[in-house]
Amino acid sequence: MKILVCITHVPDTTSKIAFTDNNTKFDPSGVQFIIGPYDDYALARAVELKEQQGGSVTLLNVGTASTEPTIRKGLAIGADDAIRINAEPLDALFVAKQIAAIVKEGAYDLVLMGRESIDYNGGQVHGMVGELVGMPSISPVMQLDIEGDTAKLAREIEGGKEYLEVKLPLIAGCQEPIAEWKIPNMRGIMSARQKPLQVKEPIGEASTSSLRYELPPPKGQVKMIDPEHVEELVKALKNDIKVL
Amino acid sequence: MSILVFVESADGEIKNTSKEAVSYAAALAEKSGENEVIALSIGTTVSENSLSALGKYGAAKVLHVPLEELNQGIIQAYASVINQAIEKTGAKYLILAKSSLGDPVAARVAIKANAELAPNVVELPDLSDGFKVKRSIYTGKAFVWMTLNSDKKIVTIKKNAVEIREGGSEATIEKLDVQIDSSDFEAKITKTDKAEGDILLPEADIVVSGGRGLKGPENWGIIEDLAKALGAATGCSKPVSDMNWRPHHEHVGQTGIKVSPTLYIAVGISGAIQHLAGVNSSKHIVVINKDPEAPFFKAADYGIVGDAFEIVPKLTEAIKAS
Repeated sequence: MKILVCITHVPDTTSKIAFTDNNTKFDPSGVQFIIGPYDDYALARAVELKEQQGGSVTLLNVGTASTEPTIRKGLAIGADDAIRINAEPLDALFVAKQIAAIVKEGAYDLVLMGRESIDYNGGQVHGMVGELVGMPSISPVMQLDIEGDTAKLAREIEGGKEYLEVKLPLIAGCQEPIAEWKIPNMRGIMSARQKPLQVKEPIGEASTSSLRYELPPPKGQVKMIDPEHVEELVKALKNDIKVL
Repeated sequence: MSILVFVESADGEIKNTSKEAVSYAAALAEKSGENEVIALSIGTTVSENSLSALGKYGAAKVLHVPLEELNQGIIQAYASVINQAIEKTGAKYLILAKSSLGDPVAARVAIKANAELAPNVVELPDLSDGFKVKRSIYTGKAFVWMTLNSDKKIVTIKKNAVEIREGGSEATIEKLDVQIDSSDFEAKITKTDKAEGDILLPEADIVVSGGRGLKGPENWGIIEDLAKALGAATGCSKPVSDMNWRPHHEHVGQTGIKVSPTLYIAVGISGAIQHLAGVNSSKHIVVINKDPEAPFFKAADYGIVGDAFEIVPKLTEAIKAS
C-alpha cells in the first residue's frame, strides 16, 4: 500500500490571531506552528494502515523552508519520507495543483489529508485534487478500512454517518476519530532526522488573492444573572435574542 | 446571465441553510444586475410544493433532476450534475450552503467549471472593482477579503450569515435532463445512520451543549429537556464525546462540528479554546457553570454561576411557562 499524506503547517489551535502591515499580513510572532489537527489524524491512520498492510507513507507539504520542523515531526510520527513543494500555500487551487502533480507521478493507492486546514478552513483541496487526477474523493471521513482493493469508509453527514465503499485509488479528507492520535517518541524523533526530504519547485501561480484581514468586533461584557432569578434570562431570550 | 443555487433537503424539506443560500443569491442578483436566480434540486425526495416555495426566498425557477439514483449524495455524481446545470443555464455564479455535501461537491465543480471558489462566505460581495468577498477563517477568529477573478464564481455560505428572505411568489419547476456516467458512481453508499426526527446540530438555530460538569451520561435528561423546551439541538464538549457519554456527531468544537446558531447554551463546559473555536460564530452565548472563573464566561453574553442540576431544570420550567 502506497500512501501519500498531505499536511498543513498551521498556527496552534490556541494561538491568538493578529495581523500586521495594515491588516494585510498574518503576524507569526509568538505563534507556534503545528501539523494541522485534521492532517494529524490522516497521518495517524496512514501509519496504522502501513503497520497492518505494509507499504510506505510519504508526507507532502506545500510550504517554504520554515515548515521543515513540522514535516520532521510528521516523519517522527511514522512517515517514511517527505516532499516539500517550495512555495507559500497561496490558495486552495494552487495547493491542489501541486498535490495533483505528485499524485500523478507517484501511483499512490491512497491520498489522505485533513478535511480542512485550521487556518483557511476551506475544505476544498481534496475535492479539487480528486477532480484534477480523476479519482474519487470522500470527505469528511471518520472511519477508513482497506480490504483488498476496496476502501470501506464512514463519512460524517449532518446529524449522522454515511457508510461507503469505493475501489482504490482514493482521496480522503479525514477527521477524528479515524485513528488514535500519535505523539512522536524519542526513537521516532531521532530516526526522522535521517529520513529523506525532497524539495521540489512549484508549478503555476495562485489566481485568487487575499486583500485584507479583519478581526471580529470585541465581545461586550457578559451579563451575569442571579441563579435565583432565571426568569431574567427567559426575558432576555424572549425580548433581546428573540428565540422564544 | 443567471445565478444557480444548489439546494439540499432533509426529511423531504428544503434545508434552512439552502433557503439562506437562495436568499443570498437573490440579494446578489439585485446587487449585481444578474437577472435570474435558479435553484437546482437533485433527487426525488422533495415535494413539488417545497420546490415551488423556493420562490418565496427569491428563486424564479427550480431545475429539478428527479432521478432516484441521485437520492443519496454521491459527491462525484452531484458535481457532474451541478456542472451540467451550470453549462445549460450559462450561470455566472454558483451558490451553495456550506455543508458536509456542499463543500466537497463545490470543490469538484470548481475544477470542472474552471471557476474560482470562495468558501465560508459571510457577506454579500463588494462589486465596486471586481468581485471581492469576505470569508471566515481561523475557525471564526478572523475574516479575509479575497478576490475571485475567473468568469464563473462559486461561493459557499456559512450558516446564519444570511437572513432568510420571505415573500416573493412561487417558482416554476422545470425538469432538467442530465447525462449520468457510471464513473460518477465509483463510491457506493452502503448504509446511512441518521438521528431520525432530531434537530440536526449543524442546522440548528438553538444549541444546548453539556460538558463534564454533567458528571455522567445518565444526567443528560436535563440537557435534553431544556433542548426540547427550546426546540434546540443537543451538543457536547470533546471530553464528553471521547468518554462516549454522547455520540461523536454531537461533539462541538475545533475538531468536531462547528456551529453558528442564533443561541448557544453551554452547561458545565469550562470553555477550552478548542471548544470556543467551534462556537464563536454563535450570535448569542449563554454559559451556566458553577466555577465563576470558567474561561467561557469571557465569551458569553449571559452567564449564570451555579449548580447545573438546580439551574437547568428551573430554566426549563420557566421557558415552558413563558
